[in-house]
Amino acid sequence: MAQETKLLPPKLAGEVLELVKGFSESKAKKVKEIVLQEYSHAQVEPGECVGIISAESIGEPGTQMTLNTFHFAGVAEMNVTMGLPRIIEILDGRSDISTPMMEIFLKNPYSKGKDIKEIALSIKETKLNEISDSFHIDIADKSIAIALNQEKMSELKVTQTMAINALKNGAKGYTLSQVKNGLLLKKKEKEENINVLYVDKEKFKQLHVSGVKGISQVLPVKRGEEYVIITSGTNLKDVFEMDFVDETRTMSNDVFEIAEVLGIEAARQAIINEVFKVIESQGLNVDIRHIMLVADTMCNLGLVKGITRYGVVSEKASVLARASFETPIRHIINAALIGEEDKLDSVVENVMINQPTPIGTGLPSLVVKVKE
Amino acid sequence: MAEKEQTVSEVAAVGSESSQANGVGEATIASEIASEAKKTEQLEQPEKREPKRIEPQEQLVSKSVRSITFSVFSPKLIKQMASAKVVTPELYDKEGYPVDGGLMDIRLGVIDPGLKCKTCGSKLKECSGHFGYIELARPIIHIKFIDLILNLLKCSCRDCGRVLIPKNKIDKAKKDLENIERDLGIEERRRSVKDIITNLKTINKCPWCTVKQQKITLEKPTTVLENEKRVSPIEIRARLEKIPDEDLELFGVSPKNMRPEWGVLTILPIPPVTMRPSITLESGERSEDDLTHKLGDIVRINQRLFENINAGAPEIIIEDLWDLLQYHITTYFDNDVAQLPPARHRSGQPLKTLTERIKSKEGRIRHNLAGKRTNFSARTVISPDPMLSINEVGVPMEIAMKLTVPERVNTWNLAYLKQFVKNGPKKYPGSNYVIRPDGKKKKLTDETIEASLEELQPGYIVERQLLDGDIAIFNRQPSLHRMSMMCHRIRILPYRTLRLNPVVCHPYNADFDGDEMNLHIPQTEEARTEAEILMEVQTQLISPRYGLSVIGCIQDAISGLFTLTRDLEVDRTFAIDLLGATGMTEFNKLPRKEKITGREIASVLLPEDFNFTGKSKASLSKSTTQKERPIGTAVEIRNGKLISGVLDSSNLGEGSGLLLRTLHKKYGKEFTIDLLGKLFRLGIEVLLRVGFSVIISDTDLPENAQKSIKETLEKAELDVQELISLFHNNKLETFPGRTLRETLELRILEVLNKARNRTGEIVAEFASPNSPTMVMAESGARGNLLNLAQMAACVGQQAMRGKRIDKGYKGRTLSAFKKDDLSPSARGFIANGFKGGLNPAEFFFGGMTGRDSLMDTALRTPKSGYLYRRLANAMQDLKVEYDHTVRDAAKRIIQFTYGEDGKDVSKSENGILNVRRIIETMAEGKQ
Repeated sequence: MAQETKLLPPKLAGEVLELVKGFSESKAKKVKEIVLQEYSHAQVEPGECVGIISAESIGEPGTQMTLNTFHFAGVAEMNVTMGLPRIIEILDGRSDISTPMMEIFLKNPYSKGKDIKEIALSIKETKLNEISDSFHIDIADKSIAIALNQEKMSELKVTQTMAINALKNGAKGYTLSQVKNGLLLKKKEKEENINVLYVDKEKFKQLHVSGVKGISQVLPVKRGEEYVIITSGTNLKDVFEMDFVDETRTMSNDVFEIAEVLGIEAARQAIINEVFKVIESQGLNVDIRHIMLVADTMCNLGLVKGITRYGVVSEKASVLARASFETPIRHIINAALIGEEDKLDSVVENVMINQPTPIGTGLPSLVVKVKE
Repeated sequence: MAEKEQTVSEVAAVGSESSQANGVGEATIASEIASEAKKTEQLEQPEKREPKRIEPQEQLVSKSVRSITFSVFSPKLIKQMASAKVVTPELYDKEGYPVDGGLMDIRLGVIDPGLKCKTCGSKLKECSGHFGYIELARPIIHIKFIDLILNLLKCSCRDCGRVLIPKNKIDKAKKDLENIERDLGIEERRRSVKDIITNLKTINKCPWCTVKQQKITLEKPTTVLENEKRVSPIEIRARLEKIPDEDLELFGVSPKNMRPEWGVLTILPIPPVTMRPSITLESGERSEDDLTHKLGDIVRINQRLFENINAGAPEIIIEDLWDLLQYHITTYFDNDVAQLPPARHRSGQPLKTLTERIKSKEGRIRHNLAGKRTNFSARTVISPDPMLSINEVGVPMEIAMKLTVPERVNTWNLAYLKQFVKNGPKKYPGSNYVIRPDGKKKKLTDETIEASLEELQPGYIVERQLLDGDIAIFNRQPSLHRMSMMCHRIRILPYRTLRLNPVVCHPYNADFDGDEMNLHIPQTEEARTEAEILMEVQTQLISPRYGLSVIGCIQDAISGLFTLTRDLEVDRTFAIDLLGATGMTEFNKLPRKEKITGREIASVLLPEDFNFTGKSKASLSKSTTQKERPIGTAVEIRNGKLISGVLDSSNLGEGSGLLLRTLHKKYGKEFTIDLLGKLFRLGIEVLLRVGFSVIISDTDLPENAQKSIKETLEKAELDVQELISLFHNNKLETFPGRTLRETLELRILEVLNKARNRTGEIVAEFASPNSPTMVMAESGARGNLLNLAQMAACVGQQAMRGKRIDKGYKGRTLSAFKKDDLSPSARGFIANGFKGGLNPAEFFFGGMTGRDSLMDTALRTPKSGYLYRRLANAMQDLKVEYDHTVRDAAKRIIQFTYGEDGKDVSKSENGILNVRRIIETMAEGKQ
């Protein structure tokens, strides 16, 4: 009885068991048998060139996607790159994505809305120039005077000591002193070149004072019953340290960061989710299996590799296959230097020399003896 | 310069099987200069041999290439394989005959008809050409190996030639490399070699002989400097020669395939004439190939250099000539080197030399090797013909008489094929060629018909003209998915276009505004069988992209079926006429009544045991007014009778609805295709008989509707004014994470969108549901309610990049507006409808967004095309193995089970296996 369901993938088996509830035993068995039969009929055939099919399935609707990034007019949402540029970005395996974003889920009391504004604010990164009015350079004195804005500081929940601590760590080579409504930094060494002061001034402006590094905007949003914080800028590692964050559901849209923090399997899932989200938002219908295959090709080596000549394509064993993609001369010369051998076991090489390709109907090699 | 040596690379195509047939496969195809141009050679080889392989048994593929090894030609090998030494830049003598020892020497192959190759004695097209060589007066650096040479010079001792790694560490380094190659592949090994080289560059004392190393730099492109002093190629070559074989491995060079000194040329192979043929112009003048030009320069300068050296010319002259020779040889290999001016024709257009021949889209690899041209193909404009079956293609007589199918004569079909030969090429159905068993192809003309007819006997092949029912592959570019190339049955038709059933427009993405399509006729039994089994239209019905039907009714057929199944009631004779148009001849299933409803007519086509429940387009619609209407009820088919609901695009359209998918599942592909064709013809026949045309009064609205639209828009205008004044008074509440201005824009957009949607609702409410425009929108045949509302009421906000328009002058969009005017009309809101007419400013805004979307399409196409190419290239070798894992060409496992459950999308229903349906069908079966 349980035999049939064991042979099915878990999700399908669960669905079957759910639906046959209340059926007589023989009827339930019959259902399972038929489901199993249909399932085995729907299996891919060996030799099927699933790679090309997946590439077609993603490439073809690509022509129908819009290029523009669009905003969700009216609703207070973050502005995210969507459409073709986003897909290209993900599949390129680019580590600096154009709109990094996190969706932070919260643990129980907070997810109901407790202190939601304060929590959100504590995640947002505050830089020194956000709480200061001016940075003034005194050339004669070789010092930088920073005028702090108390109003903004209280708004952003930053104390003066936090600013001082930030400067203590960030401004090496300066002596720090508190003055009226601000801080004074004095250069320790006698530096002839005052350009250094200007460079340092810009550096100090970007000093991290409080919050999570890299989070430039936060937006608490109500998702159904619970509150979620959407951020622009990602920093999974630091956010996971915070005790009100539900780290089991919090997600980033930066595939590389996920690979680093959560591992390659999570990155694979992130690629699938992100690509699927874009395709869905464009109103296109692409089966998730195709996206899975792309994600698996990208993550196969344990690192996220882009679908580019430096990424996945460079890993190919065949010289001619690499050469037929991009920079053929480089590949051929490098191959000649070490006497590389092309075993002709993929598609393009065999197309090049007019031989059957080892895929689909070209796969079986039978020798038949015909009677004379 | 006695024993001159030199670099070139070589391709060895290793024929695997033992020797049989006659010399088709050559063990080694040695080819041409620098790692690249070999490909040319290789392709030409089989081509040239074609005339020889004519006996039937020779057509069997008895050999196959199992692997190709890449390596670099040694100077010795170049000399060995050369059949002539080129000594003069002259090409032809006064009579126009190729000069001996010139670049067109007939020992290098022939390109003139009538001449015979001196090396192999074959004529034009039989001889694939032979290499020659020249001896260079002074060594020249090969531009493609300059990086390697530089690295080697930097990392080896200038005195003893050993690599700058101490004795005790060398073995370990080698072992590490080997392990890396074994574990991580050849690319990873290349990367570690690079690391080794960067580390070695800083060492300045040889650990072997303690000689101090000098700083070596490269003055691009080819000059090597040591302590700012020039190192001559002779010196470079001497140093490279000193590097022992066992050290080379550390630099990623395998000494068997490449000695570094081969990167400094002393001898240059001259490619065969056949790969650089000259063209005879109309004026009788000869125009030489770019390569010949370049080689001419090289030979000329080389001779001058020889003469000057022999004459004992001053060093400075020799140096100059040497540099010039270096320039010519560099541009001969690559005419796109960053620091060199490209060599040009007299007309100023850059020469296309070796590298340019190979690389990029128009290069040898992508243009000739990965993509090939075909015979037996046709291309012309397409036009629709719904009376064709879906898997047919209408072929004009002119094309049918040109394209042929080879048929082998045997005793049973001798008489049949004789008739084709008798008819000849001019009388359809005839034949164009007869091929004798020895492979001789004879063209049939009025004179030769008699003789051919006489000799025709079993074993001959007749290339007969196309007949109805022959198999052809039909294709429209861009071929983005496998449904862009499908197999059709030929139907010979009058007129001059290719005809197809409009139902298959969608998979091809074709329309009839001048589109052209290609037709290919498979020539072998295997090809035909494969096309028939794997590529025929009905086998492609279910898309592998989403597991639903890719073909479905379109346009008029949908409008027609919608009208028919909605409320049509007709006489019996009329009903029979309609069904007759679908090609049916049996009308027993039609109810025996005088008046017959449209649903009953449609039901006649359905199989009697078919049950289906689905949703219609209106029932999927969000608006409640739509759902309340009778067309909003669910589609219910019981025992082959359409009980309720209408047939519209959500069930018959392509890529939507499960009706076609369910039919396919239950009754198979042939039946579904047939039914779809019938439904389509029924649909258009209905429109033909009922009449259907769009008029401008379709968009007329009653007065009260117009009034309420006006009120809605005025209200919106007021609301926006209110928001703007709030904004100016700083009283607007900002959205979190937004500035005040952004908040205002969002709020305004919201108000305006709401207003526009409201006008749309009013239009939907008041427009006559029987007007053809509404029928099209509601059935999903073409257009939607929004289009109608834009015509009748209000076009709406024109948005660019998700914002209202704010480009143009400082603070305003057009000079007609005041500065900082934030009102809807000044920022691209079009309050009028298309029928009512736009005012000039509105028209201009419409033009702006129109242009924007045009740009979007123009920019998107190449971007998505490149993405597609990359995807296809990266994943082309992934296939499902017999153990159901997905693996790449190197047999690396990509997935353990395809898509985590091993299901083929094209065998699923929209990606899932529908358990609910299975239970339902079971229940039906029981009843």
